[in-house]
Amino acid sequence: MPKFDKRAGDILVWALLLSAPFWLPTVGSYVELGTRVVIYALAAMALNFLLGYTGVLSFGHAAYFGLGAYGTALTMKYVYPSTPVGMLAGIVLGTVAAALIGPMIARLRGVYFAMCTIAFGQVFYFIAFQWFSLTGGDDGVSAWHRAPLDFGFATLDILNNNKAFYYFVVAIFALCAAAMAFLLRSPFGRTLLAIRENERRARFLGIPVDWHIWMSWVVSCFFVSVAGTLFALMNDFVDPRALRWDQSGNFVIMAVLGGMRSFWGPLIGSAIFLVLQDYISSETENWMSFIGLFFVLVVLFFPRGVLGIIRRKAAS
Amino acid sequence: MSLLQVQNVSKHFGSLIAVNNVSMNVEAGELRAIIGPNGAGKTTFFNLITGFFSPTSGRIVFDGHDISNLLPARRVWLGMARTFQVTEVFPELSVRENLRISVEVASGLRLRAWLSHTDDDKIRSRVSELIDMGSLGGKADRQVGELSHGDQRATEIMMALALNPRLLLLDEPTAGMGDQETYDITQLISRLHKNGKLTIVLIEHDMRVVFHLADRIMVLDQGKFLAEGTPPEIAANKAVQTAYLGQAA
Repeated sequence: MPKFDKRAGDILVWALLLSAPFWLPTVGSYVELGTRVVIYALAAMALNFLLGYTGVLSFGHAAYFGLGAYGTALTMKYVYPSTPVGMLAGIVLGTVAAALIGPMIARLRGVYFAMCTIAFGQVFYFIAFQWFSLTGGDDGVSAWHRAPLDFGFATLDILNNNKAFYYFVVAIFALCAAAMAFLLRSPFGRTLLAIRENERRARFLGIPVDWHIWMSWVVSCFFVSVAGTLFALMNDFVDPRALRWDQSGNFVIMAVLGGMRSFWGPLIGSAIFLVLQDYISSETENWMSFIGLFFVLVVLFFPRGVLGIIRRKAAS
Repeated sequence: MSLLQVQNVSKHFGSLIAVNNVSMNVEAGELRAIIGPNGAGKTTFFNLITGFFSPTSGRIVFDGHDISNLLPARRVWLGMARTFQVTEVFPELSVRENLRISVEVASGLRLRAWLSHTDDDKIRSRVSELIDMGSLGGKADRQVGELSHGDQRATEIMMALALNPRLLLLDEPTAGMGDQETYDITQLISRLHKNGKLTIVLIEHDMRVVFHLADRIMVLDQGKFLAEGTPPEIAANKAVQTAYLGQAA
């Protein structure tokens, strides 16, 4: 009964996410790690909208993640210190940049698409790195912090209460995940599957493929810039590493590790990646080589990722 | 006026002339077969009509529109649908999902993020209709990639049909099939043509199929027009016999 399994999986994911601040300390972890996992999961799921469901690999998503982060940080530092306003600015900045760059890359495929996304991504990295007067260059944008959320009738102190910030992040994550799931089940979402499955057939069914890839790209970059704004809020800081190409690589690793054909795969990938990073990096500086090794093993033996293994077990 | 008018089209690939000054008129309701020895340019000619390539010279007019340089998707919007020599489906999706995508695109819903219940019901019933028409009832929820070659081909034809085309182009619909599968596909095409009054152009190697189905046959040889006529006329044509026998000898 695959339908039941899927619903059970959804319930399990939400139960774990909603209860995380209570059980994380008991397993020797901490709430901030949970926050980071959820933020990276959103970024990797956004990437997977393009990679797993449209069949297009971007190696430059950090650019729009970083633009989201910079937009938030700069707005809150220089313009108006409100969390929602800062987020909105970051999301608009990241999404508009993606929408403008999209037409230049949407006609490319495979390795050419991936290379051009890296190239455009590095353009933003160097802008952030060089434009010292605005971005602080390598030092990043500091001396600002996220502001408590004022709902008029009540205030949510996401600044000083780390559980409150975690739940704020989970709420945004939930909205984004629901929106992505909804889109993927729509006629538009099915045209993306069609393009992933067989571009030639899609074209000869009357789907203008480049145009649909552009839209999928913009949707994906919208959600990755939402993740970027949360990333800036989490750190109360942003520096050019947020939009460097190795950050893009991390998103890809998370999506592939968890399973890019599964909706929750990137969430699992993000959790594995960041937990390994957290534990191994306290033992050795070379934590990345262990993650790299793990990644290579998964790709070699379980190309459908960790969730792919579980699914196959469940099916047999 | 003919539904499809191909006027003196040529296609050059570098110094190779794959299609050389070929013309063809297809009337509404007609079933036209294109035959010819290997390398005659049949598939290239097909690709020119459907927009896979643009012609080097010449004009293609479909239902009064000059489509010579239109993108494939736009030709589909005007009412043209095709299948491929090597079956092109969405292998990891089920038959039902394959057809559903086609029906949604054909209903102009490809950009919709949600569906009303009425739209959804309409789509579901159209999909079931197509499943029945293609005799795919028992396999509708299986992945297309797992099905037999014949069933994959039937799915592909139904996907093309889901677009409500006024012209259906089939590139070697029975290629690589056994006798039973060939018979089934031939019956299916015959039903679409006779009962559905659909205009069909097909490329085919199997002469039993061609002579059973076609109203008219066009013969290409080495990129050039060789002959056109009814099946008896083509069977009696000396030039055609030479082209085929010459190749066999």
